[in-house]
Amino acid sequence: MAMQFAEGDTLQALTKPPVTKTQLVMYSGASGDFNPIHTVEEFAVKAGLGGVIAHGMLTMAFVGQMLTDLVGTEGTLVDFGVRFKQMVRPGDTITCSGTVTRVENEAGGQRVFAEIWAANDKGDQVVSGDAEFLTYHN
Amino acid sequence: MTSDEFRAFLNKASKPVKNEVEKGAIRKFAQAIGDANPLYLNEEAAAASRYGKIIAPPTFSRTFDYGAIEGMKFEAKGLIHGDERFRYFRPIFAGDVLYCSRKLVDVFERSGKLGNMTFLVYEQTAADEAGNPVVQSKSTIIYRGA
Repeated sequence: MAMQFAEGDTLQALTKPPVTKTQLVMYSGASGDFNPIHTVEEFAVKAGLGGVIAHGMLTMAFVGQMLTDLVGTEGTLVDFGVRFKQMVRPGDTITCSGTVTRVENEAGGQRVFAEIWAANDKGDQVVSGDAEFLTYHN
Repeated sequence: MTSDEFRAFLNKASKPVKNEVEKGAIRKFAQAIGDANPLYLNEEAAAASRYGKIIAPPTFSRTFDYGAIEGMKFEAKGLIHGDERFRYFRPIFAGDVLYCSRKLVDVFERSGKLGNMTFLVYEQTAADEAGNPVVQSKSTIIYRGA
């Protein structure tokens, strides 16, 4: 039985373990983004950031995981985009969620449009955007 | 560079760069983002799934080399990533050979509390060997250099 969505539904939230400095080093290596603002404390302080900050793309990857967990192997992620709104720092716990804004019924299942976001422990949105996914696959 | 200098590169694309998708690179990426999805990590589980082999997480394509737009050189320090969007045509599989290029599609200016900022909008495409798009992305990068 495929998932069923309705306008206004809240997407199953994903809370990640707190971001660590080791994770930022791992993400730098895995992504090839070696900007020292993410890994070198002295550099980040000198750059006026008050310390290292997470890659925006790491937070976006968390949102991606929320979406792929949601659609599972039966569904298909079609499109998603986010705007980077606030810095994420080591120690921050990020929770990703969203709200269904529109559902189109199709032959194979549903095409779902949603607002998506990631928020820190204080409840401030650090990224926000939108996604489109199918509850089925071809 | 000034906005007008950036605009000279509008709609210019980089020469496609061959990127080979390695399962080890997918594994390291999945571990870095803390996603234990067996489709990224476990060959047997992936083989038994509808995909038939290891796939990459949805933001993995950002790690590809998209090449440089010829002549477009500027100090990369202090760049801010404004936004990012992905559109998927099919999953990225371990073992894929993809040809990746980027194009500058928009340049605009805004003044904010950080002074004058130039917004550079790029479109990136990763295509298979037959030229079919696998994933397309759009990135806004904010430049504060000029």
